[in-house]
Amino acid sequence: MNPIYKSRRRSDIVIRALCVGAALFGVTWLALILITLLYNGLAGLSVQLFTQNTPPPGSTEGGLLNAIVGSVIMTVIGVGIGAPLGLFAGTYLAEYGKHDKLTSVIRFINDILLSAPSIIIGLFIYGAVVVPMRGFSAIAGSLALAVIVIPVVLRTTEDMLLLVPNPLREAASALGLPRSLVIKRIAYRAARSGLITGVLLATARVAGETAPLLFTALSNQFFSLDLTKTMANLPVTINNFVQSPYAYWKELAWSGALLITFTVLALNIGARILGAERAAK
Amino acid sequence: MTELSVSTTAAGHVPQVPLPEAPPKVTVRNLNFYYGEHHALKNINLTLGTNRVTAFIGPSGCGKSTLLRIFNRMYDLYPGQRAVGQLMLDQTNILDPKLDLNLLRARVGMVFQKPTPFPMTIYENIAFGIRLYEKISKSEMDDRVEKALRGGALWNEVKDKLNASGLSLSGGQQQRLCIARTVAVRPEVILFDEPCSALDPISTAKVEELIQELSEDYTIAIVTHNMQQAARVSDKTAFMYLGELIEFDDTNKIFTSPSDRRTQDYITGRFG
Repeated sequence: MNPIYKSRRRSDIVIRALCVGAALFGVTWLALILITLLYNGLAGLSVQLFTQNTPPPGSTEGGLLNAIVGSVIMTVIGVGIGAPLGLFAGTYLAEYGKHDKLTSVIRFINDILLSAPSIIIGLFIYGAVVVPMRGFSAIAGSLALAVIVIPVVLRTTEDMLLLVPNPLREAASALGLPRSLVIKRIAYRAARSGLITGVLLATARVAGETAPLLFTALSNQFFSLDLTKTMANLPVTINNFVQSPYAYWKELAWSGALLITFTVLALNIGARILGAERAAK
Repeated sequence: MTELSVSTTAAGHVPQVPLPEAPPKVTVRNLNFYYGEHHALKNINLTLGTNRVTAFIGPSGCGKSTLLRIFNRMYDLYPGQRAVGQLMLDQTNILDPKLDLNLLRARVGMVFQKPTPFPMTIYENIAFGIRLYEKISKSEMDDRVEKALRGGALWNEVKDKLNASGLSLSGGQQQRLCIARTVAVRPEVILFDEPCSALDPISTAKVEELIQELSEDYTIAIVTHNMQQAARVSDKTAFMYLGELIEFDDTNKIFTSPSDRRTQDYITGRFG
């Protein structure tokens, strides 16, 4: 065999081994995390987790109802505010402002926001909302989550719309569609699954955020639907319970972590399925 | 491309007696076009005859697609592109900055190089355009969709799967769907921008046949890289080179006895 070819075969084997090794290394930690979560969290998984509120210190009766409801409420409001803003801004970047100088500035700032530590966003909302309102509140927590949602949705929206082939837009314009309808009826439809994927990924991202809620919604021992008061939520509850000396609280923290992780996993899988549908088309 | 194939085709397919002069549908006078600083079209003068097929040929970058995209102001979608001169569609000044572009594009339809079915059903692909301009009942819409698909020579192939995605069709069928979609809104002029360059020979033959049928009702302009195609489908041919209109005459004349040396060199395959 030709020596050059032989050495290529050798380097192929080495590189392939390195790639597989790196992939296994990454996946192993994920698997360990999931197994640990399942091992510790499954024990506490019961009906009362969903029917009872967080217990007072020392009690061994109670669940996570208030925290689950609080998390759902704040996530829904946060995504409800952030996703439309992100969608509109992403649409501007990909469609109207494509040739605008402002666009690259917005994109750059958005990228910074995208990688900003979430605790900074929590502190920002603390200063901008909590201090003027003279108190922690669920609405402040929702706003903090919204600020995290915006850059994620903006980015995916822009990327997905840029994947829509330009001739499709031209064809729609050639039929006499005004710009707004070309975007709404053609570009959005062509990019639909990608846009939904972006919103799902953003939801998954904020569902587990702790730091921005710590300074805004705080937490609440009791069940509350009042948006102007503190509200319980899973991440902060987990944070508090894990640091407590009580065995039952720790067990609840594990179960809560399991719930969040699998919700996020389900959202990601949903996004992947939608993404696969898009690729198949 | 060899000299032989061109001359055979030209002699074999072009009607020896050209059609009588048609009244002008689109009139181009002293038209210049700029991509930013680049002067892409220089002083173009020609007319598109009513219900005639006009072909635009020339080597890549000669400006033929650029010219086509002025007829429906497609270039307006992009900044830095501007046209100067006179361009009339009947009595309408196409270059009028105050012109309603959507109404212009309803009158001047366009079919693109790559098939561009919308991401919706075959039925919706057609109905979509009609709904922009007319409010009609479901049964009327069914009729219009059928008529358009028949007009696009596609009806027999898709009548049993009107609710299938337009993207599920083959490339040639997709292109005929796009033609049907364009015809459905009843334009006056149809622009074809290299409509067959992504199609196989059989689909190409179908589309060419369709173009000839459509010329009974519509004024047609077609840009093509394929000289035999220009010879087969068109009544008039414009040869363009480096942004200038070199020669514009009956197709028969262009392909048998062109008056300009450059035209002759191009159609005999000496460059391009």
